[in-house]
Amino acid sequence: MERVVCEMEVEIKNADGLHMRPAMQFVDVASRFQCDITVSNIENSVDGKSIMQMSMLAATHGTKLKIKAEGSDAQQAVSALQRLVEENMFDEPPPKKA
Amino acid sequence: MKQNTRHKKYAMEIKKGIAVSPGIAIAKSLIIDSEDYRIPRRSIEPSQRMTEIQRVRNAFKNAIVELTQLEAEQETIEQRKIKDIFAVHLRFLHDRSLRKKITDWVHSESVTAEYAVSTTLREIASHFTKVKDPYISERAADIYDIERRLLKQLLGGKREDVEHLAKEVVVVARELSPTQTAGFNTIFVKGLATDAGGRTSHTAIVARSLGIPAVVALEDLTESISGEDTVIIDGNHGIVIVNPDEETIRQYEQYSDEFAKLEYRLDAIKEKPAVTRDGIKITLLGNIEFPGEAELVLQKGGEGIGLYRTEFLYLNTQSEPTEEDHYQAYAETIGVFKHRPVIIRTVDLGADKYTQSRRFAPEPNPFLGLRSIRFCLQNLMMFKTQLHAILRASVLGDVKVMFPLITNLQELMQAKMILRDVMEDLDEDSIAYNKDIRIGIMIETPSAALTASTLARDIDFFSLGTNDLTQYTLAVDRANELVSTLYSSAVPAVLRLIRTVIQDAHKAQIDLSVCGEMASEPEYVMLLLGMGVRTISLAPPMIPEIKQIVRSVTMEDCNNIARKILGMNSERQISNYLRDVTRKTLPEAF
Repeated sequence: MERVVCEMEVEIKNADGLHMRPAMQFVDVASRFQCDITVSNIENSVDGKSIMQMSMLAATHGTKLKIKAEGSDAQQAVSALQRLVEENMFDEPPPKKA
Repeated sequence: MKQNTRHKKYAMEIKKGIAVSPGIAIAKSLIIDSEDYRIPRRSIEPSQRMTEIQRVRNAFKNAIVELTQLEAEQETIEQRKIKDIFAVHLRFLHDRSLRKKITDWVHSESVTAEYAVSTTLREIASHFTKVKDPYISERAADIYDIERRLLKQLLGGKREDVEHLAKEVVVVARELSPTQTAGFNTIFVKGLATDAGGRTSHTAIVARSLGIPAVVALEDLTESISGEDTVIIDGNHGIVIVNPDEETIRQYEQYSDEFAKLEYRLDAIKEKPAVTRDGIKITLLGNIEFPGEAELVLQKGGEGIGLYRTEFLYLNTQSEPTEEDHYQAYAETIGVFKHRPVIIRTVDLGADKYTQSRRFAPEPNPFLGLRSIRFCLQNLMMFKTQLHAILRASVLGDVKVMFPLITNLQELMQAKMILRDVMEDLDEDSIAYNKDIRIGIMIETPSAALTASTLARDIDFFSLGTNDLTQYTLAVDRANELVSTLYSSAVPAVLRLIRTVIQDAHKAQIDLSVCGEMASEPEYVMLLLGMGVRTISLAPPMIPEIKQIVRSVTMEDCNNIARKILGMNSERQISNYLRDVTRKTLPEAF
């Protein structure tokens, strides 16, 4: 089997950050793929399929996260997660302009 | 210091509390934790680790089942938010890395499943509370919720263990609720020890009625004990010894034998009448909570039931008892006593799970709240159901009905009116009952005691509930260990109220009995007799000892003691004097 490694940096854009429900959405999307998914901020690297670890990243609005996927469907996984985080913003609003 | 004892697992530790039920028990401990309190660290043997890890897995599995069901029940749009919350919690329960973190903790630290669950989740929660963003830090609440859900699974299983015991244990808990103690298999539960509680706490009452030793107010016992530790409960001196050495066990076995012999000797007097040396007859009745205890009252030489507490019908089961449930329980009890008196007290619920779970918010001050007769007068359906059953059972023997916590005449009139309503219902349905059933009230508040002469006109008997009377007179919560030392019936204020009630009962020529814990404490017996009490109702195991005292005294002595004490001004003076005179009369009791 082909082992693809794929990395991408995403930014949390919704106002409330990666709280529980977004963390759940992230884990749900990540779990649809076979590949291993690691998510890192400056300090920690965690399993992108574990809600406990993802929520403990406590990523607030504006935080940059590095998503690293390893496995045959790594490319698809990273794009799907990028869409969820940056385009759909977990179906939540961005911060109100001051 | 604490670290040290943790490593020296078998170091003997002696704890001092309040003795509330006599006797000696030596057995392995069974600890009942509560999800409402911090779970103390408890070590396990390495060989136990696999069992605990399996308990963690089962707890996750069962919590998932429970939560999936709950999530499915949230269907409406408004419930959408709750559904989301449950969905998040479910993801946590399915998260293998969370479960592994907990089982690894059990394995590496050799601790119980409860402790591993609690510490792991609290560690995660504290991680959230440290985050500056309020929206994220508030998520700690979700983690606590998951912790509680898992602990409830683990502890629920533990509670079932208590019901299906196969070996002798002593139960150790922070505190015990009526629901917990009701499930005890009394063949195997040999003693009780709790961190909280006072002389008249629920634990104390249950232990005495079961005739097993108990010590309460041990403060941090649950934190210094591990499951399977050997424990000695000395219910005579209020001492609990954790991991006793061989010499201590040997001494206690010997002491336990001697104590059993004393009990045996006391049991031998059960056929003899309770009469003072100068020929005054005293009636000794039993206080019971379950029909099963009626037999014990007879065995110990009791002449009837002076107080049949009926709350257990409510606290035992999930659903409200039916009229037939009430009737069956009463019929069973009355059957044991045939034509001797059985005083059934209407439900004295309040400040407990039953009433509080029916509220949106707990009462801020439940002992001054909607409890006892007040609760009944606001829940007429429930009250009438019980009265219907009592009346129906009244033809089976000498049944009397008693209303608790009456504080004024109006309440008494209301209660009596409802009783008459139920009588009319029975008449309409042509159901037989005793139309002249005797009606009494508990005197357990200062307001009732001070107006006893008025209340006496409308009823047939008084029963002095000294526990509540003391608590309400002194403004001391008897279960609060911070002030429980202030709780004593040997204070001038309480004794004067008791004297007033006794005098008013005599003037009105109605019956009076004392049914509080005071009646089963040897020190108080002579005083009560001297104050004019002729009927005492007490925990069944105490009947022989109290009878022994009655048979050893003269009424003349008792009168002198009462006169002396009513002239004293301090609690210390009174209790010292009482202890001295009792020690002279019944040296074995001390």
